[in-house]
Amino acid sequence: MTDFIFGHYVYWSIIALLIIGLYGMIFKNNLAKKLIGMTIFQVSIIMFYVASAVKWSATVPVLDPVTGVVDAAKYISPLQHCLMLTAIVVGVATSGVAFSLAIVIYRHYKTLDESVLMERMKSS
Amino acid sequence: MRKHKYNPIILMVSRVVSPFIMIFGLYVIFHGHYSPGGGFQGGTLLAAALLLIRLAAGFDIAQIQFKRILGTPLGSIGVLIYFGTGFLAMISGGEFLNYGFLPFAGFTEAGLRALGILMVEIGVGLAVMAILVAIYDDLLEGYPHD
Amino acid sequence: MKIVNWLLLISFGALLIYASLGLPNRGDGDAVMHREKSPAGSWGASSYYIRNAYRDAETLNMVTVILADYRGYDTLGEETVILTAGLICYLVLRKRRTNRDDKKPLKAGADAQT
Repeated sequence: MTDFIFGHYVYWSIIALLIIGLYGMIFKNNLAKKLIGMTIFQVSIIMFYVASAVKWSATVPVLDPVTGVVDAAKYISPLQHCLMLTAIVVGVATSGVAFSLAIVIYRHYKTLDESVLMERMKSS
Repeated sequence: MRKHKYNPIILMVSRVVSPFIMIFGLYVIFHGHYSPGGGFQGGTLLAAALLLIRLAAGFDIAQIQFKRILGTPLGSIGVLIYFGTGFLAMISGGEFLNYGFLPFAGFTEAGLRALGILMVEIGVGLAVMAILVAIYDDLLEGYPHD
Repeated sequence: MKIVNWLLLISFGALLIYASLGLPNRGDGDAVMHREKSPAGSWGASSYYIRNAYRDAETLNMVTVILADYRGYDTLGEETVILTAGLICYLVLRKRRTNRDDKKPLKAGADAQT
């Protein structure tokens, strides 16, 4: 039981982070807060990938040039790190796009609140 | 709108710290073959060094360091370096992005692949640095900076 | 409507926690995804990368080899996405210098910022 809890508490905290992000996306009316929730959601996904690559009794995926590959099980899987490396930078760029769209919405309708925004979109 | 006044202490500290961050970014790009690092991380560090000056000194003074108009062309050049590396391998007999066919003499095939990876990482770092700074500048567009 | 949202959120969280109970312990070396061979008997991708990265590219850092060599197309696509994001920010937010009819919302936006 203790082994189970110590092996899974990271997943549960990542799920808590994901639920916080989803809460921000669903319940908040302000578009900027929705974007913050989306970023938290994204970070939780990245953390899940990195947590799935952890292996005790193994080392980082940088080869020791003296010994070479003796045992492939002594290195953690480099695939998840590679995927998330690009995902972080692309996430920053796409959140920049999202914030620029929010800025344009604010300039045009002079509000970021969703309910007010819907009314102004209908009336105009 | 209150005029933006920069704090001389913060500006002094950022001026001292920014070149070291830049050197570390270059180290991360060029030493990415032998230690954790690579184009994405190093490009982000270079962008952080530029953005630090932009935050501390204000938009107009930071134009001396990195002009706003440079952002999109440098990003395009970075992507073109990547694409050109792949294309160079293609026109010299291999497949697209197969670095083993790069036309440089005096390398083994594995050494050519290491060289191709280095060229690609430089392109990625350049593009990431330029685009992150450009996104910051574009988000400031229309904001009445001093 | 709010109750439906709460129910959706809580049920989604419960579903995720129920799914996480089936995951292996974190860092367990004997888990299926960390083995060298899949249950069907074929070699896994990660062990192939670990074994052959230095032989193929003379680069010690396997993540770099995967990023730039084995998955070069992927990284080219990601970089294009970054460039496209920068171009979109530029095109959406730039000041329009031509005198067209859609000048009105820009003026209103300039008033709102002061």
